[in-house]
Order: sequence, then structure tokens, then C-alpha cells
Amino acid sequence: MAADISAAKAQHAPHAPSVRFEHLTKTYPGGSRRPATIAVEDVTLSIPAGSLTVLVGSSGSGKTTLLRTVNRMVTPTSGRVLIDDNDIAGLDAVKLRRTIGYVMQESGLLPHRKAIDNIATVPRLNGVKKAPAHERAYELMDLVGLDHQLAARYPAELSGGQQQRVGVARALAASPRLLLMDEPFGAVDPIVRADLQREVRRLQYQLGITILFVTHDIAEALTLGDKIVVLAQKGRIAQEGTGAELLTHPADDFVANFLGLDAGRGLHLMNSDGVQLVMDADERPIGRLSGPGR
Amino acid sequence: MNYFVEAFAWIADPAHRTGPDGIWTRLGQHLAYTLIATGAAALIGIPLGYWIGHTGRGKGLIVGATGAARALPTLGVLTLIALFTGVGVGAPLAALSVLALPSVLAGAYAGLEAIPAPTIDAARAQGMSEWQLLSRVEIPLGLPHLIGGLRSATLQVVATATLVAYVGGGGLGRFLFLGLKTQDYPQMLAASFLAVALAIAGEICFAVLARIAGRRHHALSNR
Repeated sequence: MAADISAAKAQHAPHAPSVRFEHLTKTYPGGSRRPATIAVEDVTLSIPAGSLTVLVGSSGSGKTTLLRTVNRMVTPTSGRVLIDDNDIAGLDAVKLRRTIGYVMQESGLLPHRKAIDNIATVPRLNGVKKAPAHERAYELMDLVGLDHQLAARYPAELSGGQQQRVGVARALAASPRLLLMDEPFGAVDPIVRADLQREVRRLQYQLGITILFVTHDIAEALTLGDKIVVLAQKGRIAQEGTGAELLTHPADDFVANFLGLDAGRGLHLMNSDGVQLVMDADERPIGRLSGPGR
Repeated sequence: MNYFVEAFAWIADPAHRTGPDGIWTRLGQHLAYTLIATGAAALIGIPLGYWIGHTGRGKGLIVGATGAARALPTLGVLTLIALFTGVGVGAPLAALSVLALPSVLAGAYAGLEAIPAPTIDAARAQGMSEWQLLSRVEIPLGLPHLIGGLRSATLQVVATATLVAYVGGGGLGRFLFLGLKTQDYPQMLAASFLAVALAIAGEICFAVLARIAGRRHHALSNR
């Protein structure tokens, strides 16, 4: 199922790369006061080309560590990361990072540069002149739904949601074929978050790129993921598959627990004036099935 | 009160203004000592502070240097260096530079240290080289702290440069020591006024600089 979806997408995105982790281990050496810690241990995982794959897990699952080995912000202790079958350990880290988009929770925008200059960061690093780089930045503001009037604002003068949009635009400015997103919408309010999630899905269809997305929020994983990888502690893969596969056949209690299946959410339908409402165990409506009426 | 009037009269006296031992000459010497000593401290302190701030290595040096500098008796350092180098301008300049170094070092370092970690992390993840990170992110964002460090270094040197005359180097301290020996208190007071005026002028220059740097960073303070 997951393969079908990504294959279909891959057709209109011939250059979107696949990512493969092979026996990846990352340990942080201990100091005089703290013991050595294992962030991820012997992880082998494939991210299909052109997919939106979500790594979901709680803190300590090593999801961020895994993500950051892809743009070499973290160097594995052992094992390899392959992008399209190329071992990235042999590549120049700085050049590699310019070909991979990166969005993080704290927007990480440069506070002394206007929104437009933040978006133009990577093209400028690649030697593009200011005028064409700004032209490209305006295109990206359109793409992520930012008003051109915001171009001259500094990050502190933007709302949290706007900052994240600038962050996404910056990550896409150099037309990367691979985008890494590390809990990008964790700090924005739920309505803006839902909006940004839709944007990510739309962008991925529109651009046909590979997106590797990290979150601790299972609802976000189900909303976004073509493929979802549930991580237990230290990068142990509890289960991988589509959202439907996970919900239908959770591999074990851990996954069922993570999906909230064991908590007796007791979801059921109720007919209310011809509308099908989704109710939880406490008979509270949490949504509705699409049907007649608005 | 009389001394004050006499001190101003001393400054106002045209005979004290010009000539090799005049106010202008001594003021110029004092200013030159300040600029050279602070400049030398900046030449060493800024790159070293940036290196420590960027790499995170050698932070102990900052703490040690600033602590030790507070404990150093300036007159002692001056005399000690003068004993090795002989009388002249070399010893006082070296002593003043040593005095100015910790403030500059701390200012350069603190500017980089104060930048939020996600900002640095994101800049690196976008594909900035270490050099680009330093020149395009860390140095501009650290500028207000650096100016603060240079400001306190300069003030300290302006005040302390009066001691240069102690080892025969001139400057405004010349009037002080001369006045002390001849019990010419109005002259001593006049020299103090001139040193204070120079310090205030320096303070104003740095306030303007800090304002300009601060305006460029107004977005930062909104946070």
C-alpha cells in the first residue's frame, strides 16, 4: 500500500531521492559527571523516494537524532546513511546541507535579517545574486501563502505561524528534492497547525519531493504520513506502514497504546439529524463523517 | 571651592594651552595612549573572544582572565613592566593593553554566547560554512556586546592612562604628578577635569555607536 502511493507520486517526481539508514547507531560519550547515552541503536530503515514519511515517537525515541544524521548535523557512531544509494559520509557536509531543506520547531530564522533575506539564504550561499534570489524568495512566499507585504519584516515582527511559513519557504528556496522537518509545527496553535499540515501535504504533491517528518504527535503522523514509522526507545522500530495498516493491525501493545487504541477511545458513530457524528466513549462528538449538509 | 575656580582658571590660561608641555599636547598624548592600548587589546581580544565563543573551547580562560584582571594592581603592573623595558612609552602601553584586554575579550565572547542555540543550529543546517556562520550570523548578532566591552575597556584605560606619567611617559597624568610634587592643587584638579572630560567624550562616542548597532537590531529586543 505504502509502496503504491509512493510509486504513483514518484512518477511525477523522477528526481526525488530515497533515504536509507543501515545499522545506524549513535552514542554520545559520557563526561566526568554523566554516563554515556545511546540515542539510537542499530536502526535499519528505508524512506521511499517521493514519500512523506513520518517518524513518530516520544522523547528518547531518537527520532530527531535519526533525522539529523541525514544532513550530517549528527555524525553516526557506526552504520551508514544512504541518499539514493550514495553514502553521505563521503560528501562535503556544507554542500550536502544546501541540497536538503531543513525546518525545525524554533523557526531558527536569522533575527537580524528580513523575512525575504531569510528565505533567500541558501540561494545567496550558492552565489545567486541578490535580485534573482529575492525574485525566487517572492515566488516561495506565494507558494507557502505569505503576503508580499511581510517581506520587509524582521522575524520578531511575524506571528509564530508566519515564522514557520518563512522557515518552510527558506527550506525550499534552493529547490531541494529532500526536505527534513523536525516537529515544525509543535509551537503553533492548533488551528494554524492544521492549516500548515494541509500546506505540507499540498507542497509535497505539488513539488513531488521526499519529505521526512518527525513528530511526537500521532494525530499529526496519521494526518500527514504516506508511511508512518513508530519508534520505541533508542530508535527501535515498533512498526512501519500506512496509517490504515497501523490502525488495523497494530504490531504490539506499544503501538496500540501509542495509537490510543487501548485507552478505550471507544469511537462510534451516531446519527444526528441525518448527519453521522463520530463520538468518543464519553458520548462527546469529536468530528463528523462527510455527507450531505455543510 | 576656591580650588575649583583656580583649576578652571588654570585651564583657561592661554599659557598652559600650547607648547610641548601644554594641555593640547598632553590631551593628544592621553588620547593616543588610550587608542593604541585599546586598539592593541582589541587586536588580540576580539579574535580570541570570537574563537572561544564560536568553538566553545577555553571558556575557563575568560573567567580566569576577567577575574585576574580585577585583582591586578595597575600601578604594580606598570612598574613591573617598566623595570624590564626601561622608562618610555612601551611599558605603559603594554600595561594598559593588559588592563583593557579582559573587557574586550569578555565582550567579544559574550556577544556570541548570547545568540540562541537554535539560530546557530539552523544557520549551520542551511549549509553555512563555519566561516560564513561567524561572519554573517555571529559577528553581526554579537556586535552590541562587543561595543559594550570596548566601551568599558576604553573608559578604564582613559582613567588609568594618567599613570603613564608615573614612568615618564606624559599624558594628562603629567599635570597630576607635577602638581603633586609642587603642591599645585589647582593644576592637579585641572588635570582631573580634563581626564573626566575625555572619559565623557569617549562615553558619548560609544553611546552613539551602541545606538546605531542597537537600531539595526531593534527586531531582536522585541522578542
